[in-house]
Amino acid sequence: IASLVMYLFAEFDDAANLLAANPDATTISIDEPVEIPKNQHSRLQEPGREEDDELLGTDDSDKTELLAGQKKSAPFWTFEYYQTFFDVDTYQVLDRIKGSVFPVPGKNFVRLYIRSNPDLYGPFWICATLVFTIAVSGNLSNFFIHLGKPTYHYVPEFRKVSIAATTIYAYAWLVPLALWGFLMWRNSKVMNIVSYSFLEIVCVYGYSLFIYIPTAILWIIPQKVVRWVLVMFSLCLSGSVLVMTFWPAVRDDNRRIALATVGTIVLLHALLAVGCLAYFFDAPELDFPAPIIPAHNGTTVVTKSQ
Amino acid sequence: FAGLADVSISEDIPVEGEITVPVGSRSPDEDYSTLDEPVRDTIMRDLKAVGKKFVHVMYPKKSSALLRDWDLWGPLVLCVSLALMLQGGSADSKDDGGPQFAEVFVIIWFGAVVITLNSKLLGGTISFFQSLCVLGYCVLPLTVAMLVCRLVLLAGSGTVSFIIRLIVVVAMFGWSTLASTAFLADSQPPNRKALVVYPIFLFYFVISWMILTFTPQ
Repeated sequence: IASLVMYLFAEFDDAANLLAANPDATTISIDEPVEIPKNQHSRLQEPGREEDDELLGTDDSDKTELLAGQKKSAPFWTFEYYQTFFDVDTYQVLDRIKGSVFPVPGKNFVRLYIRSNPDLYGPFWICATLVFTIAVSGNLSNFFIHLGKPTYHYVPEFRKVSIAATTIYAYAWLVPLALWGFLMWRNSKVMNIVSYSFLEIVCVYGYSLFIYIPTAILWIIPQKVVRWVLVMFSLCLSGSVLVMTFWPAVRDDNRRIALATVGTIVLLHALLAVGCLAYFFDAPELDFPAPIIPAHNGTTVVTKSQ
Repeated sequence: FAGLADVSISEDIPVEGEITVPVGSRSPDEDYSTLDEPVRDTIMRDLKAVGKKFVHVMYPKKSSALLRDWDLWGPLVLCVSLALMLQGGSADSKDDGGPQFAEVFVIIWFGAVVITLNSKLLGGTISFFQSLCVLGYCVLPLTVAMLVCRLVLLAGSGTVSFIIRLIVVVAMFGWSTLASTAFLADSQPPNRKALVVYPIFLFYFVISWMILTFTPQ
Protein backbone atom coordinates (compact mmCIF):
# COMPACT_ATOMS: atom_id res chain seq x y z
CA ILE A 1 0.00 0.00 0.00
CA ALA A 2 2.87 2.35 0.74
CA SER A 3 4.17 1.84 -2.78
CA LEU A 4 0.72 2.62 -4.19
CA VAL A 5 0.66 5.84 -2.20
CA MET A 6 4.14 6.73 -3.45
CA TYR A 7 3.02 6.06 -7.00
CA LEU A 8 0.03 8.37 -6.58
CA PHE A 9 2.24 11.11 -5.16
CA ALA A 10 4.55 10.76 -8.16
CA GLU A 11 1.57 11.20 -10.47
CA PHE A 12 0.56 14.29 -8.57
CA ASP A 13 4.07 15.70 -8.91
CA ASP A 14 4.01 15.20 -12.66
CA ALA A 15 0.70 16.91 -12.97
CA ALA A 16 1.90 19.77 -10.80
CA ASN A 17 5.02 20.20 -12.91
CA LEU A 18 3.01 20.22 -16.10
CA LEU A 19 0.66 22.76 -14.68
CA ALA A 20 3.51 24.94 -13.48
CA ALA A 21 4.93 24.93 -16.97
CA ASN A 22 1.67 25.91 -18.59
CA PRO A 23 -0.44 27.56 -15.95
CA ASP A 24 -3.35 28.47 -18.16
CA ALA A 25 -3.94 25.03 -19.55
CA THR A 26 -7.32 23.54 -19.05
CA THR A 27 -7.06 20.64 -16.71
CA ILE A 28 -9.48 17.78 -16.90
CA SER A 29 -9.85 15.27 -14.14
CA ILE A 30 -12.07 12.27 -14.31
CA ASP A 31 -14.60 13.07 -11.65
CA GLU A 32 -14.72 16.82 -11.81
CA PRO A 33 -16.23 18.94 -14.52
CA VAL A 34 -14.03 20.98 -16.80
CA GLU A 35 -12.33 23.98 -15.24
CA ILE A 36 -11.98 27.12 -17.26
CA PRO A 37 -8.98 29.35 -16.40
CA LYS A 38 -9.98 32.34 -14.34
CA ASN A 39 -8.18 34.90 -16.49
CA GLN A 40 -10.78 34.95 -19.16
CA HIS A 41 -9.14 37.86 -20.92
CA SER A 42 -5.77 36.22 -21.42
CA ARG A 43 -6.80 35.11 -24.91
CA LEU A 44 -4.83 31.91 -24.84
CA GLN A 45 -7.63 30.16 -26.71
CA GLU A 46 -6.73 29.93 -30.36
CA PRO A 47 -9.06 31.82 -32.64
CA GLY A 48 -9.98 28.65 -34.46
CA ARG A 49 -11.57 27.25 -31.38
CA GLU A 50 -14.13 30.02 -31.37
CA GLU A 51 -15.57 28.76 -34.63
CA ASP A 52 -15.57 25.18 -33.39
CA ASP A 53 -17.37 26.23 -30.27
CA GLU A 54 -19.99 27.97 -32.31
CA LEU A 55 -20.52 24.91 -34.46
CA LEU A 56 -20.77 22.66 -31.44
CA GLY A 57 -23.59 24.72 -30.10
CA THR A 58 -25.39 22.48 -27.63
CA ASP A 59 -22.22 21.04 -26.12
CA ASP A 60 -21.10 24.47 -25.17
CA SER A 61 -24.44 25.35 -23.68
CA ASP A 62 -24.39 22.09 -21.73
CA LYS A 63 -21.04 23.05 -20.31
CA THR A 64 -22.40 26.42 -19.43
CA GLU A 65 -25.35 24.88 -17.73
CA LEU A 66 -23.05 22.70 -15.67
CA LEU A 67 -20.86 25.61 -14.72
CA ALA A 68 -23.80 27.85 -14.04
CA GLY A 69 -25.33 25.21 -11.83
CA GLN A 70 -22.07 24.76 -10.01
CA LYS A 71 -21.41 28.38 -9.29
CA LYS A 72 -24.66 29.45 -7.76
CA SER A 73 -24.91 26.75 -5.21
CA ALA A 74 -26.08 28.89 -2.32
CA PRO A 75 -29.85 28.96 -1.81
CA PHE A 76 -31.49 32.09 -3.10
CA TRP A 77 -32.51 33.43 0.29
CA THR A 78 -28.94 33.80 1.51
CA PHE A 79 -26.70 36.78 0.96
CA GLU A 80 -23.97 34.61 -0.57
CA TYR A 81 -26.21 33.79 -3.51
CA TYR A 82 -26.34 37.43 -4.54
CA GLN A 83 -22.65 37.86 -3.91
CA THR A 84 -21.97 35.47 -6.78
CA PHE A 85 -23.41 38.07 -9.13
CA PHE A 86 -20.86 40.63 -8.01
CA ASP A 87 -17.81 38.45 -8.32
CA VAL A 88 -15.88 40.74 -10.62
CA ASP A 89 -12.68 42.69 -10.26
CA THR A 90 -12.00 46.18 -11.52
CA TYR A 91 -10.03 45.04 -14.53
CA GLN A 92 -12.82 42.66 -15.57
CA VAL A 93 -15.40 45.40 -15.51
CA LEU A 94 -13.12 47.69 -17.48
CA ASP A 95 -12.46 44.94 -20.01
CA ARG A 96 -16.15 44.34 -20.48
CA ILE A 97 -16.79 48.03 -20.99
CA LYS A 98 -14.00 48.16 -23.52
CA GLY A 99 -15.47 45.17 -25.31
CA SER A 100 -18.83 46.84 -25.58
CA VAL A 101 -17.40 50.05 -27.01
CA PHE A 102 -14.99 48.52 -29.50
CA PRO A 103 -16.78 45.53 -30.96
CA VAL A 104 -14.39 43.14 -32.63
CA PRO A 105 -16.04 41.69 -35.71
CA GLY A 106 -16.52 37.99 -35.34
CA LYS A 107 -15.96 37.85 -31.62
CA ASN A 108 -18.99 37.36 -29.46
CA PHE A 109 -19.16 39.66 -26.43
CA VAL A 110 -20.72 37.07 -24.19
CA ARG A 111 -18.35 34.34 -25.15
CA LEU A 112 -15.29 36.48 -24.88
CA TYR A 113 -15.93 38.39 -21.71
CA ILE A 114 -18.77 37.01 -19.75
CA ARG A 115 -19.05 33.33 -20.42
CA SER A 116 -18.27 32.05 -16.98
CA ASN A 117 -19.19 35.00 -14.91
CA PRO A 118 -22.13 37.29 -15.63
CA ASP A 119 -22.26 40.14 -13.19
CA LEU A 120 -24.91 42.58 -12.12
CA TYR A 121 -22.54 45.34 -11.08
CA GLY A 122 -22.00 46.64 -14.63
CA PRO A 123 -25.63 46.74 -15.76
CA PHE A 124 -26.87 48.35 -12.55
CA TRP A 125 -24.30 51.09 -12.25
CA ILE A 126 -24.08 51.82 -15.96
CA CYS A 127 -27.85 52.34 -15.97
CA ALA A 128 -27.64 54.57 -12.89
CA THR A 129 -24.87 56.64 -14.46
CA LEU A 130 -26.80 56.88 -17.69
CA VAL A 131 -29.93 58.09 -15.90
CA PHE A 132 -28.11 60.91 -14.17
CA THR A 133 -25.99 61.75 -17.19
CA ILE A 134 -29.03 62.14 -19.41
CA ALA A 135 -30.89 64.22 -16.84
CA VAL A 136 -27.91 66.48 -16.12
CA SER A 137 -26.89 66.85 -19.76
CA GLY A 138 -30.45 67.59 -20.82
CA ASN A 139 -30.74 70.24 -18.16
CA LEU A 140 -27.40 71.81 -19.13
CA SER A 141 -28.21 71.70 -22.81
CA ASN A 142 -31.54 73.42 -22.32
CA PHE A 143 -29.86 76.02 -20.16
CA PHE A 144 -27.33 76.87 -22.86
CA ILE A 145 -29.91 76.91 -25.62
CA HIS A 146 -32.24 79.28 -23.83
CA LEU A 147 -29.52 81.34 -22.20
CA GLY A 148 -29.92 84.65 -23.93
CA LYS A 149 -33.69 84.89 -23.85
CA PRO A 150 -35.15 87.44 -21.48
CA THR A 151 -38.16 85.36 -20.56
CA TYR A 152 -36.21 82.28 -19.62
CA HIS A 153 -36.00 81.29 -16.00
CA TYR A 154 -33.79 78.34 -15.22
CA VAL A 155 -35.47 75.37 -13.57
CA PRO A 156 -33.61 72.23 -12.51
CA GLU A 157 -36.32 69.93 -13.92
CA PHE A 158 -35.89 67.35 -11.25
CA ARG A 159 -38.97 65.38 -12.26
CA LYS A 160 -37.19 64.23 -15.37
CA VAL A 161 -34.74 62.21 -13.31
CA SER A 162 -37.43 59.81 -12.17
CA ILE A 163 -38.79 59.51 -15.70
CA ALA A 164 -35.33 58.78 -17.04
CA ALA A 165 -34.75 56.22 -14.32
CA THR A 166 -37.99 54.39 -15.06
CA THR A 167 -37.36 54.30 -18.77
CA ILE A 168 -33.80 53.14 -18.68
CA TYR A 169 -34.20 50.53 -15.98
CA ALA A 170 -37.31 49.20 -17.70
CA TYR A 171 -35.40 48.91 -20.94
CA ALA A 172 -32.43 47.25 -19.32
CA TRP A 173 -34.49 44.63 -17.50
CA LEU A 174 -37.76 44.05 -19.34
CA VAL A 175 -36.35 43.80 -22.84
CA PRO A 176 -33.80 41.15 -21.79
CA LEU A 177 -36.62 39.31 -20.01
CA ALA A 178 -38.75 39.32 -23.14
CA LEU A 179 -35.82 38.34 -25.31
CA TRP A 180 -34.83 35.53 -22.99
CA GLY A 181 -38.37 34.20 -22.94
CA PHE A 182 -38.52 34.38 -26.70
CA LEU A 183 -35.18 32.59 -27.10
CA MET A 184 -36.22 29.88 -24.66
CA TRP A 185 -39.42 29.35 -26.60
CA ARG A 186 -37.57 29.07 -29.90
CA ASN A 187 -35.01 26.83 -28.28
CA SER A 188 -37.71 24.37 -27.40
CA LYS A 189 -38.73 24.16 -31.03
CA VAL A 190 -35.39 24.22 -32.81
CA MET A 191 -32.42 22.39 -31.35
CA ASN A 192 -28.79 23.39 -31.71
CA ILE A 193 -29.19 26.99 -30.80
CA VAL A 194 -26.60 28.69 -28.65
CA SER A 195 -28.55 29.69 -25.59
CA TYR A 196 -27.84 32.38 -23.10
CA SER A 197 -28.96 32.56 -19.53
CA PHE A 198 -31.10 35.48 -18.43
CA LEU A 199 -28.21 37.07 -16.54
CA GLU A 200 -25.96 36.96 -19.57
CA ILE A 201 -28.56 38.78 -21.64
CA VAL A 202 -28.99 41.40 -18.91
CA CYS A 203 -25.23 41.75 -18.83
CA VAL A 204 -24.95 42.31 -22.57
CA TYR A 205 -27.71 44.88 -22.56
CA GLY A 206 -26.29 46.68 -19.56
CA TYR A 207 -22.80 46.95 -20.97
CA SER A 208 -24.09 47.89 -24.40
CA LEU A 209 -25.73 50.96 -22.87
CA PHE A 210 -22.35 52.29 -21.83
CA ILE A 211 -21.70 54.03 -25.16
CA TYR A 212 -24.70 56.26 -24.52
CA ILE A 213 -22.99 57.91 -21.55
CA PRO A 214 -20.38 59.86 -23.54
CA THR A 215 -23.00 60.32 -26.24
CA ALA A 216 -25.34 61.99 -23.77
CA ILE A 217 -22.56 64.27 -22.61
CA LEU A 218 -21.79 65.25 -26.19
CA TRP A 219 -25.46 65.91 -26.87
CA ILE A 220 -25.02 69.14 -24.94
CA ILE A 221 -23.68 70.61 -28.18
CA PRO A 222 -26.72 72.38 -29.59
CA GLN A 223 -26.38 71.39 -33.22
CA LYS A 224 -28.89 69.05 -34.78
CA VAL A 225 -26.44 67.54 -37.23
CA VAL A 226 -23.93 66.76 -34.49
CA ARG A 227 -26.60 65.13 -32.36
CA TRP A 228 -27.89 62.90 -35.11
CA VAL A 229 -24.41 61.89 -36.15
CA LEU A 230 -23.76 60.91 -32.54
CA VAL A 231 -26.97 58.90 -32.43
CA MET A 232 -26.03 57.00 -35.56
CA PHE A 233 -22.50 56.37 -34.39
CA SER A 234 -23.38 55.07 -30.96
CA LEU A 235 -26.25 53.05 -32.36
CA CYS A 236 -23.87 51.37 -34.80
CA LEU A 237 -21.37 50.51 -32.11
CA SER A 238 -23.70 49.14 -29.46
CA GLY A 239 -26.11 47.74 -32.00
CA SER A 240 -23.34 45.75 -33.57
CA VAL A 241 -22.38 44.32 -30.18
CA LEU A 242 -25.96 43.20 -29.68
CA VAL A 243 -26.29 41.83 -33.18
CA MET A 244 -23.07 39.88 -32.98
CA THR A 245 -24.17 38.46 -29.66
CA PHE A 246 -27.62 37.37 -30.67
CA TRP A 247 -27.12 36.38 -34.27
CA PRO A 248 -25.56 33.00 -33.37
CA ALA A 249 -28.49 32.32 -31.11
CA VAL A 250 -31.11 32.69 -33.81
CA ARG A 251 -29.37 31.92 -37.07
CA ASP A 252 -30.28 28.24 -36.97
CA ASP A 253 -33.89 29.19 -36.81
CA ASN A 254 -36.26 30.09 -39.57
CA ARG A 255 -34.65 32.85 -41.62
CA ARG A 256 -37.47 35.29 -41.23
CA ILE A 257 -37.77 34.87 -37.50
CA ALA A 258 -34.04 35.31 -37.10
CA LEU A 259 -34.02 38.53 -39.08
CA ALA A 260 -37.12 39.80 -37.31
CA THR A 261 -35.58 39.15 -33.91
CA VAL A 262 -32.34 40.90 -34.69
CA GLY A 263 -34.22 43.72 -36.34
CA THR A 264 -36.42 44.21 -33.28
CA ILE A 265 -33.39 44.31 -31.02
CA VAL A 266 -31.79 47.05 -33.07
CA LEU A 267 -35.06 48.92 -33.44
CA LEU A 268 -35.69 49.01 -29.69
CA HIS A 269 -32.16 50.19 -29.09
CA ALA A 270 -32.62 52.97 -31.62
CA LEU A 271 -35.96 53.94 -30.10
CA LEU A 272 -34.35 54.34 -26.71
CA ALA A 273 -31.67 56.67 -28.07
CA VAL A 274 -34.01 58.75 -30.17
CA GLY A 275 -36.62 58.93 -27.43
CA CYS A 276 -34.14 60.17 -24.88
CA LEU A 277 -32.81 62.72 -27.32
CA ALA A 278 -36.29 64.01 -28.12
CA TYR A 279 -37.59 64.15 -24.56
CA PHE A 280 -34.68 65.41 -22.54
CA PHE A 281 -33.00 67.70 -25.03
CA ASP A 282 -34.88 70.62 -26.50
CA ALA A 283 -34.49 71.24 -30.16
CA PRO A 284 -31.75 73.74 -30.79
CA GLU A 285 -32.64 76.90 -32.64
CA LEU A 286 -31.56 76.74 -36.21
CA ASP A 287 -30.58 80.37 -36.34
CA PHE A 288 -29.32 82.65 -33.66
CA PRO A 289 -32.02 84.82 -32.15
CA ALA A 290 -31.90 88.27 -33.69
CA PRO A 291 -31.07 91.15 -31.36
CA ILE A 292 -33.83 93.11 -29.70
CA ILE A 293 -34.91 96.03 -31.87
CA PRO A 294 -36.41 98.93 -29.91
CA ALA A 295 -39.48 100.16 -31.75
CA HIS A 296 -40.53 103.79 -32.00
CA ASN A 297 -43.09 103.79 -29.27
CA GLY A 298 -40.78 102.25 -26.75
CA THR A 299 -41.87 98.67 -26.84
CA THR A 300 -39.24 96.17 -27.72
CA VAL A 301 -39.71 93.78 -30.57
CA VAL A 302 -37.78 90.57 -30.65
CA THR A 303 -37.53 88.87 -34.00
CA LYS A 304 -36.20 85.44 -34.46
CA SER A 305 -36.42 83.00 -37.29
CA GLN A 306 -37.03 79.34 -36.69
CA PHE B 1 -29.43 17.26 46.05
CA ALA B 2 -30.07 13.66 46.88
CA GLY B 3 -28.99 12.44 43.49
CA LEU B 4 -25.61 14.05 43.78
CA ALA B 5 -24.64 12.10 46.83
CA ASP B 6 -23.04 9.34 44.82
CA VAL B 7 -21.25 11.52 42.35
CA SER B 8 -17.56 11.35 42.99
CA ILE B 9 -14.70 12.94 41.19
CA SER B 10 -11.45 11.03 41.11
CA GLU B 11 -8.63 12.73 42.83
CA ASP B 12 -6.23 13.06 39.95
CA ILE B 13 -8.41 15.25 37.76
CA PRO B 14 -7.85 18.83 38.82
CA VAL B 15 -10.95 20.87 39.01
CA GLU B 16 -10.42 24.52 38.47
CA GLY B 17 -12.60 27.48 38.25
CA GLU B 18 -13.84 30.57 39.83
CA ILE B 19 -16.95 30.95 41.75
CA THR B 20 -17.47 34.58 42.41
CA VAL B 21 -20.59 36.60 42.38
CA PRO B 22 -19.75 39.92 40.83
CA VAL B 23 -20.34 42.60 43.39
CA GLY B 24 -22.10 45.33 41.50
CA SER B 25 -21.75 45.35 37.68
CA ARG B 26 -18.54 45.40 35.73
CA SER B 27 -18.61 49.10 35.21
CA PRO B 28 -20.58 50.37 38.09
CA ASP B 29 -21.09 53.78 36.58
CA GLU B 30 -22.94 52.58 33.50
CA ASP B 31 -25.73 50.40 34.66
CA TYR B 32 -27.12 52.48 37.44
CA SER B 33 -26.18 56.07 37.13
CA THR B 34 -27.18 56.71 33.54
CA LEU B 35 -30.72 56.42 34.76
CA ASP B 36 -30.06 58.80 37.55
CA GLU B 37 -27.92 61.32 35.78
CA PRO B 38 -29.38 64.61 34.73
CA VAL B 39 -30.88 64.74 31.25
CA ARG B 40 -28.36 67.35 30.28
CA ASP B 41 -25.54 64.85 30.75
CA THR B 42 -27.25 62.27 28.58
CA ILE B 43 -27.87 64.71 25.78
CA MET B 44 -24.43 66.26 26.00
CA ARG B 45 -22.77 62.86 25.76
CA ASP B 46 -24.55 62.09 22.52
CA LEU B 47 -23.97 65.57 21.18
CA LYS B 48 -20.30 65.34 21.97
CA ALA B 49 -20.08 62.02 20.14
CA VAL B 50 -21.79 63.54 17.12
CA GLY B 51 -19.59 66.61 17.28
CA LYS B 52 -16.45 64.51 17.52
CA LYS B 53 -17.48 62.68 14.38
CA PHE B 54 -18.10 65.96 12.58
CA VAL B 55 -14.53 66.94 13.40
CA HIS B 56 -13.31 63.61 12.09
CA VAL B 57 -15.07 64.21 8.81
CA MET B 58 -13.67 67.69 8.37
CA TYR B 59 -10.14 66.46 9.05
CA PRO B 60 -10.22 62.93 7.72
CA LYS B 61 -7.44 60.83 9.09
CA LYS B 62 -7.58 57.09 9.11
CA SER B 63 -9.01 56.80 12.55
CA SER B 64 -11.48 54.11 13.37
CA ALA B 65 -13.50 56.15 15.82
CA LEU B 66 -16.06 56.93 13.16
CA LEU B 67 -16.44 53.30 12.32
CA ARG B 68 -16.44 51.85 15.78
CA ASP B 69 -19.10 53.90 17.49
CA TRP B 70 -21.51 54.45 14.69
CA ASP B 71 -24.64 56.45 15.16
CA LEU B 72 -27.21 57.78 12.76
CA TRP B 73 -28.10 61.03 14.54
CA GLY B 74 -25.55 63.03 12.62
CA PRO B 75 -26.67 61.79 9.19
CA LEU B 76 -30.29 62.46 10.12
CA VAL B 77 -29.58 66.02 11.19
CA LEU B 78 -27.50 66.67 8.09
CA CYS B 79 -30.05 65.14 5.75
CA VAL B 80 -32.95 67.08 7.23
CA SER B 81 -31.08 70.38 7.18
CA LEU B 82 -29.91 69.83 3.60
CA ALA B 83 -33.41 68.93 2.47
CA LEU B 84 -34.84 71.98 4.25
CA MET B 85 -32.30 74.29 2.68
CA LEU B 86 -33.10 72.92 -0.77
CA GLN B 87 -36.68 74.03 -0.38
CA GLY B 88 -38.03 77.36 -1.39
CA GLY B 89 -36.61 77.38 -4.86
CA SER B 90 -38.73 77.75 -8.00
CA ALA B 91 -41.79 76.99 -6.02
CA ASP B 92 -44.24 78.24 -8.61
CA SER B 93 -44.03 75.40 -11.06
CA LYS B 94 -44.37 72.16 -9.20
CA ASP B 95 -43.45 70.00 -12.12
CA ASP B 96 -40.17 71.42 -13.21
CA GLY B 97 -38.79 72.78 -10.02
CA GLY B 98 -36.11 71.53 -7.78
CA PRO B 99 -36.33 68.42 -5.68
CA GLN B 100 -38.99 68.23 -3.02
CA PHE B 101 -38.14 67.49 0.59
CA ALA B 102 -39.14 63.86 0.27
CA GLU B 103 -37.08 63.44 -2.88
CA VAL B 104 -33.91 64.69 -1.24
CA PHE B 105 -34.52 62.52 1.79
CA VAL B 106 -35.14 59.43 -0.33
CA ILE B 107 -32.16 60.08 -2.56
CA ILE B 108 -29.78 60.41 0.37
CA TRP B 109 -30.99 57.45 2.37
CA PHE B 110 -31.80 55.15 -0.51
CA GLY B 111 -28.54 56.07 -2.21
CA ALA B 112 -26.57 55.34 0.95
CA VAL B 113 -28.32 51.98 1.38
CA VAL B 114 -27.65 51.00 -2.23
CA ILE B 115 -23.99 51.93 -1.97
CA THR B 116 -23.65 49.97 1.26
CA LEU B 117 -25.29 46.94 -0.31
CA ASN B 118 -23.02 47.29 -3.29
CA SER B 119 -19.90 47.33 -1.18
CA LYS B 120 -21.07 44.37 0.86
CA LEU B 121 -21.95 42.38 -2.25
CA LEU B 122 -18.51 43.06 -3.65
CA GLY B 123 -17.03 41.45 -0.58
CA GLY B 124 -16.50 44.34 1.80
CA THR B 125 -16.05 43.63 5.46
CA ILE B 126 -17.69 46.71 6.85
CA SER B 127 -21.00 46.37 8.62
CA PHE B 128 -24.19 47.79 7.21
CA PHE B 129 -24.79 50.57 9.71
CA GLN B 130 -21.15 51.57 9.93
CA SER B 131 -21.16 52.24 6.23
CA LEU B 132 -24.43 54.17 6.43
CA CYS B 133 -22.95 56.20 9.27
CA VAL B 134 -19.83 57.13 7.29
CA LEU B 135 -21.74 58.01 4.13
CA GLY B 136 -24.20 60.12 6.10
CA TYR B 137 -21.56 61.99 8.05
CA CYS B 138 -19.59 62.75 4.88
CA VAL B 139 -22.54 64.78 3.62
CA LEU B 140 -21.37 67.45 6.09
CA PRO B 141 -19.09 69.34 3.64
CA LEU B 142 -21.93 69.48 1.14
CA THR B 143 -24.30 70.82 3.77
CA VAL B 144 -21.77 73.54 4.51
CA ALA B 145 -21.60 74.22 0.78
CA MET B 146 -25.39 74.55 0.65
CA LEU B 147 -25.30 77.04 3.48
CA VAL B 148 -22.63 79.08 1.70
CA CYS B 149 -24.61 78.94 -1.55
CA ARG B 150 -27.73 80.28 0.09
CA LEU B 151 -25.78 83.08 1.67
CA VAL B 152 -24.14 83.96 -1.66
CA LEU B 153 -27.51 83.87 -3.38
CA LEU B 154 -28.82 86.39 -0.87
CA ALA B 155 -26.21 88.78 -2.17
CA GLY B 156 -27.11 88.30 -5.81
CA SER B 157 -27.53 85.71 -8.51
CA GLY B 158 -25.35 86.83 -11.36
CA THR B 159 -22.37 85.24 -13.00
CA VAL B 160 -19.96 86.09 -10.21
CA SER B 161 -22.14 84.44 -7.60
CA PHE B 162 -22.45 81.42 -9.87
CA ILE B 163 -18.70 81.09 -10.17
CA ILE B 164 -18.28 81.38 -6.42
CA ARG B 165 -20.95 78.76 -5.87
CA LEU B 166 -19.37 76.48 -8.46
CA ILE B 167 -15.97 76.64 -6.82
CA VAL B 168 -17.38 76.06 -3.35
CA VAL B 169 -19.55 73.13 -4.42
CA VAL B 170 -16.77 71.46 -6.40
CA ALA B 171 -14.37 71.82 -3.49
CA MET B 172 -16.84 70.41 -0.99
CA PHE B 173 -17.76 67.59 -3.35
CA GLY B 174 -14.11 66.61 -3.57
CA TRP B 175 -13.78 66.83 0.20
CA SER B 176 -16.82 64.60 0.79
CA THR B 177 -15.66 61.98 -1.66
CA LEU B 178 -12.13 61.93 -0.30
CA ALA B 179 -13.33 61.77 3.31
CA SER B 180 -15.68 58.88 2.73
CA THR B 181 -13.12 57.05 0.62
CA ALA B 182 -10.54 57.47 3.38
CA PHE B 183 -12.87 55.80 5.84
CA LEU B 184 -14.34 53.12 3.64
CA ALA B 185 -11.56 52.06 1.32
CA ASP B 186 -9.71 49.93 3.81
CA SER B 187 -12.52 47.49 4.27
CA GLN B 188 -12.74 46.58 0.61
CA PRO B 189 -10.91 43.82 -1.22
CA PRO B 190 -7.88 45.38 -2.87
CA ASN B 191 -8.66 44.72 -6.52
CA ARG B 192 -12.19 46.09 -6.29
CA LYS B 193 -11.56 49.43 -4.66
CA ALA B 194 -12.43 51.39 -7.78
CA LEU B 195 -15.68 49.46 -8.13
CA VAL B 196 -16.66 50.58 -4.63
CA VAL B 197 -15.45 54.17 -4.87
CA TYR B 198 -17.24 54.97 -8.12
CA PRO B 199 -20.82 54.74 -6.74
CA ILE B 200 -19.77 56.96 -3.82
CA PHE B 201 -18.49 59.47 -6.37
CA LEU B 202 -21.79 59.29 -8.26
CA PHE B 203 -23.80 59.72 -5.05
CA TYR B 204 -22.02 62.88 -3.96
CA PHE B 205 -22.06 64.16 -7.55
CA VAL B 206 -25.85 63.97 -7.62
CA ILE B 207 -26.12 65.77 -4.29
CA SER B 208 -23.69 68.43 -5.50
CA TRP B 209 -25.72 68.87 -8.66
CA MET B 210 -28.86 69.42 -6.60
CA ILE B 211 -27.03 72.03 -4.54
CA LEU B 212 -25.50 73.81 -7.50
CA THR B 213 -28.73 74.06 -9.49
CA PHE B 214 -30.70 75.49 -6.60
CA THR B 215 -32.27 78.70 -7.79
CA PRO B 216 -34.33 80.77 -5.41
CA GLN B 217 -37.61 82.11 -6.62
